[in-house]
Amino acid sequence: MKLKWDKSGMKTPLARARGLGAAGHGSDHWMAQRITAFANVPLVIWFVYSLVSLKGADYVSFTTWLAEPVNAILAILFIISNFYHAALGLQVVIEDYIHCEVMKTVKLVVMKLVLFGLGTAAIFSILKIAL
Amino acid sequence: MSETQAVKKERPLSPHLQVYKPQLTSFTSILHRACGIALSAGLLLIVCWLVAAASGKEAYNALYEFVSGPIGTFMLFGWSAALYYHLCNGIRHFFWDFGLLFKIENAYRAGYAVFAVAALLTFATWYCALSFAPEMSVPYIEETISIVIEEGAAE
Repeated sequence: MKLKWDKSGMKTPLARARGLGAAGHGSDHWMAQRITAFANVPLVIWFVYSLVSLKGADYVSFTTWLAEPVNAILAILFIISNFYHAALGLQVVIEDYIHCEVMKTVKLVVMKLVLFGLGTAAIFSILKIAL
Repeated sequence: MSETQAVKKERPLSPHLQVYKPQLTSFTSILHRACGIALSAGLLLIVCWLVAAASGKEAYNALYEFVSGPIGTFMLFGWSAALYYHLCNGIRHFFWDFGLLFKIENAYRAGYAVFAVAALLTFATWYCALSFAPEMSVPYIEETISIVIEEGAAE
């Protein structure tokens, strides 16, 4: 399969570069990674503290704990921030180590869709328990 | 073009594995990535846990049994160690983002500090987790009570 950015084509360098990425807003990814990392610090500390204090919790005590508005809200924020951060991080890993353009694109799309699906499942579960 | 390629081919490969001295800076960087990937897998466990709790008592108890078992505990331990390392080294990255700790010796010092603090936090967390006596007592206790009550009622 011949791709847009193939050098063997009859395209000019400009034509090959067009539509392939950011010009002017390339720092979005970097910034988003830092912001989610910053948000993750307190959320992760809260999460680990909660896990330790939930040790041995049975079904009823766990769902009662998660139904508390503060815990439900923090849990949803934890899921959003963590999944966002994971998607950004895995994106860089895939971009760095997979050199076949087709496979790279496929893996990026699959990774993002899977993370989006898992995050949605987690948030739905929290809401189902909490509401 | 072909001449330069020939010259390139004859050049020795780098790094020379026989005389290679590993650097702490590259090791911490690689470990940061590896832990990030491991933590993404850990997110899967968190999703399983939440979905199980949302789908009902049986699913929750089954997952609880797995997590409190030897494999589950080992996974939790690995997760906590990876989490604390990624957290501490992430803070080291924040310093770099602000242009600090760029001198090699400072980068090394911060690297050793990351290992020390991550190990300390992991140890402290597990010390708390293992010495913590849960108020709610063991799971299934409610189930056991209900079975006892039912049996009592049957008698």
